[in-house]
Amino acid sequence: MIRSLTTSSHHWKHLLARSSRISSSQQYIASFASFAAVSPELEHEPSQVKSQFRDALAEHREKALKGGGEKRIAKQHAKGSLTARERLSLLFDHDTFQELDQFKVHRTQEFGMDKEENKIPGDGVVTGHGKVNGKTVFAFSQDFTVFGGSLSETHAQKICKVMEMAVRVGAPVIGLNDSGGARIQDGIDSLAGYADVFQRNVDASGVVPQLSVIMGPCAGGAVYSPAMTDFIFMVEETSYMFVTGPEVVKTVTNEVVTKEELGGSSVHTVKSGVAHDCFPNDIMAIRAMRTLLDLLPSSNDASTVPRKQSTDDPNRLVPSLEQMVPDDPNLAYDIKSVIGEVVDNKEFFELMPNHAKNIVTGFARMDGRTVGIVGNNPMTLAGCLDIASSTKGARFVRFCNAFNIPIVTFVDVPGFLPGTNQEHGGIIRNGAKLLFAYAEATVPKITVITRKAYGGAYDVMASKHLRSDTNYAWPGAEIAVMGAKGAAEIIFRGKDIEKNTQDYVKRFANPMVAAQRGFIDDIIEPATTRAVICRDLEMLDTKKVDLIKRRNSNIPL
Amino acid sequence: MHSASRITRSVTRRSISSSLFLRSRNKIPSSAIRSLSSIHPTIVPFTSGDKLRARPRIASFSSAAIENDEPVDINHSTSSQSFEKILIANRGEIARRIIRTCKSLGIKTVAIYSTADSKSLHVQEADEAICVGPAASSDSYLSVPNIMKAIEQTNANAIHPGYGFLSENAEFAEHIEKVGKKFIGPSSSAIIAMGDKITSKHIASSAGVNIIPGFEGFVTSPEHAVKIAHQVGFPVMIKATSGGGGKGMRICYTDEEVKEGFSLSSAEAKKFFNDDRLFIEKYIEKPHHIEIQLLSGRNPETGELDILCFPERECSIQRRNQKVLEESPSTILKPETLKEMVRQVKMLVRDVEYESAGTVEFLVDEKQNFYFLEMNTRLQVEHPVTEMVSDGIDLVHGMIEVAAGKGIPREYMAKLGDQSGMSEEEKEGLSVPHHGYAIEARIYAEDPLRGFLPSTGPLNEYIEPNAGTEGDCTIRIDSGVAPGGIISQYYDPMISKLISHSSTDRNSAIDALKNAIDGYVISGVGNNTSFLTDVLRHDSFVAGDTPTNFIQTHYPEGFHGVALSSEEYAETAAMAVVANMIRSEVLQKPPAPMKVDEFDPFIVCLGGLFGKAYQVQGLEDALKVTSIDGEETHTVQLEEIDIDSRSPIVNVVVNDKKRVLQIEPEDSSGKFSIKYEGAQMDAIVMSPQEYELAKYMNEPTKIDTSNLILSPMPGTLISYSISDDAEVVEGQDICIVEAMKMQNVIRAPRSGRIKHLHSAVGASLMADEIIVEFVKDE
Repeated sequence: MIRSLTTSSHHWKHLLARSSRISSSQQYIASFASFAAVSPELEHEPSQVKSQFRDALAEHREKALKGGGEKRIAKQHAKGSLTARERLSLLFDHDTFQELDQFKVHRTQEFGMDKEENKIPGDGVVTGHGKVNGKTVFAFSQDFTVFGGSLSETHAQKICKVMEMAVRVGAPVIGLNDSGGARIQDGIDSLAGYADVFQRNVDASGVVPQLSVIMGPCAGGAVYSPAMTDFIFMVEETSYMFVTGPEVVKTVTNEVVTKEELGGSSVHTVKSGVAHDCFPNDIMAIRAMRTLLDLLPSSNDASTVPRKQSTDDPNRLVPSLEQMVPDDPNLAYDIKSVIGEVVDNKEFFELMPNHAKNIVTGFARMDGRTVGIVGNNPMTLAGCLDIASSTKGARFVRFCNAFNIPIVTFVDVPGFLPGTNQEHGGIIRNGAKLLFAYAEATVPKITVITRKAYGGAYDVMASKHLRSDTNYAWPGAEIAVMGAKGAAEIIFRGKDIEKNTQDYVKRFANPMVAAQRGFIDDIIEPATTRAVICRDLEMLDTKKVDLIKRRNSNIPL
Repeated sequence: MHSASRITRSVTRRSISSSLFLRSRNKIPSSAIRSLSSIHPTIVPFTSGDKLRARPRIASFSSAAIENDEPVDINHSTSSQSFEKILIANRGEIARRIIRTCKSLGIKTVAIYSTADSKSLHVQEADEAICVGPAASSDSYLSVPNIMKAIEQTNANAIHPGYGFLSENAEFAEHIEKVGKKFIGPSSSAIIAMGDKITSKHIASSAGVNIIPGFEGFVTSPEHAVKIAHQVGFPVMIKATSGGGGKGMRICYTDEEVKEGFSLSSAEAKKFFNDDRLFIEKYIEKPHHIEIQLLSGRNPETGELDILCFPERECSIQRRNQKVLEESPSTILKPETLKEMVRQVKMLVRDVEYESAGTVEFLVDEKQNFYFLEMNTRLQVEHPVTEMVSDGIDLVHGMIEVAAGKGIPREYMAKLGDQSGMSEEEKEGLSVPHHGYAIEARIYAEDPLRGFLPSTGPLNEYIEPNAGTEGDCTIRIDSGVAPGGIISQYYDPMISKLISHSSTDRNSAIDALKNAIDGYVISGVGNNTSFLTDVLRHDSFVAGDTPTNFIQTHYPEGFHGVALSSEEYAETAAMAVVANMIRSEVLQKPPAPMKVDEFDPFIVCLGGLFGKAYQVQGLEDALKVTSIDGEETHTVQLEEIDIDSRSPIVNVVVNDKKRVLQIEPEDSSGKFSIKYEGAQMDAIVMSPQEYELAKYMNEPTKIDTSNLILSPMPGTLISYSISDDAEVVEGQDICIVEAMKMQNVIRAPRSGRIKHLHSAVGASLMADEIIVEFVKDE
């Protein structure tokens, strides 16, 4: 199935050939002359009334499209940011966006908000649906040029509307967040609005993918809506997220921090793990969102899991895998190199690439199917499990399970990270999340042990015992309770450690015992890994598991 | 031929994969895995041309023989097999190179390896392999006792040392002779005679060879060095007596440099050769480095020494005395000069009774004066250049025959042609005539953009260019690595050797080599391919104006990447757009946002979003490329583009030029890297509407590293020459970082006060790790 993309010169010439532009029917806007009547009594003629309305409509539309006006738009541009509408035009395929509630205005009467100039149609958020690479997607895009993108009662209603529609039709919903916070003039109506959005986030969770791009400020209670979405992207330098800002922090704790230091993209994509990746600017962030959407199912209906025509031979052998993993269990290698070789066309969409780097999570295609990939990465902390990596892995596994995405796990794990930091930080509770998530997942689960699988961490990493469907080990794998030296010290109580360690290594530092028990289904040559996984994915296409009826499981949060 | 081999290859892979696929249910026999690796394209490094294939001995080089893993039955003209089993006391490409010849001769091979090399290709390809120790070469490839044990255990009859390691170690040769085995190389006495640079000069001089004026004796102190420098006259060259490969060697123009050079050279010499003796000689400016390869052996019938001299090799393109490009013939050497050199070489060879392959190196100045430099008593790295222009001679075969006492193969001697009617003097000046033009490029794991610092790590991606003959040109690849393999800090950072040969002219050999380099995919470790391309593109190189200071002269500030012409930029823009379009279509990727209709022009930003932008528009039969400011317009004819979804290699015919591009897969934002003519840059293809919005984007702020000194390479911090709080001036020595066996002095990039020494002495540093922090200027 290796598809050579040899393209004759004729082909691209055709594509690039100069041609008259196809006129778009959807771009059609009726144009009428502006009417004026010669006498007052004519004004009430139905024809006159209708035409006057058309005039007013055009005016309203123009006003809505301008948002906060040219000055504020220029200010937004000067920050290096785009407007709400420009962002949507980048997100959706050309001419597919249908806006909703363009004329919606707020109903606040207080603080002079009832003045005509303070009633901007759309109320600071552009909502609607369109297509992304041909698939229906809902979106809301907050408009910082209108009252700083602040959230009013009506603003929230617009967001809730698209979220509800997205759930009804089973399509992803994307929030482009750029908001100064609550509309203070709206008082508690604004607070209620936030909570209404939160409830919709929870209702939609696990039903349709919810995605956020933080493209400006996102502070206070506002953070919790994106926080409950599945994936968050941030724009470097222009976006930040925090619950309390630098001023409050200074008053309460006396710490002096900048917004960037407190909640910039580098904080959330490296330290806190709140966001899943960041991009240098609006354009690159939205492009990445389009790429991610292309990998995701539209909803939890299994039929929506994308399956593209295969462009990479599923039986392709990968001889270089043999070389990639060092024999010495103490030497590092990058599991991402292994992943890149195994998946279709080397394309791996990594999520949280800079947070908890000891575990790698992301999406790829195998034989055209979307799969979720989890791998321990020996490059960082020897690939061990700790609090951050367990939480990162668990949330990813749960997303995959919610949306019928098969999980492929590459295991090279020496165990859990020791230390008071970890114990006091709750590695017991946090490590349990990953264990719980894997055990609970009923999507196809395929596990490949590339090298080390020691101790409890072996159990956690999609082991046979957690009902993984197929488990394999490479010949160089070591599946054991612990490293040979430690084991020999305990068993032989410090006697002849060197010799006993060597004996232990010879007997147990290989995958044979696990294979004899049936804990792994086969010992495979590394070169065949891709072929084996692709074949299993096909076999597991029809996997069925009856779920135990319960109100909800109780994952240790 | 190009595409044909490609198709053939994919078909083979497919059929093998399906058979393996079935077998994987039951365990796959290791032989299947071996055959699996042998069908991998990179494992077939040397595909000979049709012309070569016609000759029986060379037939062994055809890929078929290697793949089948079977010795080829050769109808040997001289006699039966020379040795039954040869142990190769080396690793990497040279070990594989020797194995190839042995296989062709039906000789069994033994590979030795360190624990770091257990999965190496030379281990897989040999008939037997034996581990001789841990990764550090001093305990494995340089361990005479371990290798002697390996010889005993495997019962090899002869030992080929390759180059480097023990190849010029007389003691090793002696040990081998003592146990009644054969060392495939000169006698230990010849190694001793030529191994010492000062002794060899004396011997050469008395044998009648021209030598460079200098101080005959050992230098004892920096002051002594300065005194001698004044006697000989500046510039001078300080060299380690037992040095080689540029180690322990410095060129000095001032007293200061002599002093510094003395300490650095003696430290390096002590460290690497355990011999800190130095000598000083006059440094000949703007010379060419030209060397004569020879094969010498005692004729079993006459008992006389037969000496076969080969076409000269010009190895002037050197960086810090390390050869980079080698070619034959030389662009400057006159036939008369060559004849005289050959005569002197033969005198020297007779004088030391040299029997094996060897090389005599000369410096040749603009007036065709030549001076003896040294004699290398081994097979050299660049020997393929000679083989390529010598009409099918295999030097390793020659060495084996000579070591077996059979003399130089008769058909090799016959290359000299009819000598009847020649005077003795004429015969003495005879060498094998040139057959075409050959150039070799050494591909090193080093980063030319960071001062050529060594780079180590795994070869995440590694695809060799196609070897074989196309038209008048042949590409040969001698390599020792495979995809996923590791370029380790323990060994030489050479990845491979690319050799091009043209039967017509030098320019087409340059062009073929350039294209082969363009088609070389190496990722994971830094490499010098872009630098090699830049040299090959250089007008002076093309003109043959290549004195040994070529790199110093043309790259005084180091190398900063290939500078494309505006025409080439436009070609890159056009190809980036078309390649991206085809990939998006075939891989069913989301198209560029805001594309109003598919017939719109595209905008491509080269060098990232804030780089150079071009509009690319399809015309009837070409592409119109306009710089975004409208100042330049180019018409680009893109006749052919061949893209493989999994490979970065893109073959194109652009503006009538057949070229190879490299395009890496797009990142999540659709940005991709394109490499053309050695220039690598990021590209983003956009719709015009999207580009309009891109103008509002801010360029990311750069992190300020001006008050930091970062480690320019991975290595070990050996020592500091300053302390905390020190006040330093620009250019002052800060510390020494050792990487790849080289001590690198890190100097202050600016003047200022030191705030903190971040790394401790002995720390192993990563690239870009902070070593020293300056107090910030207020």
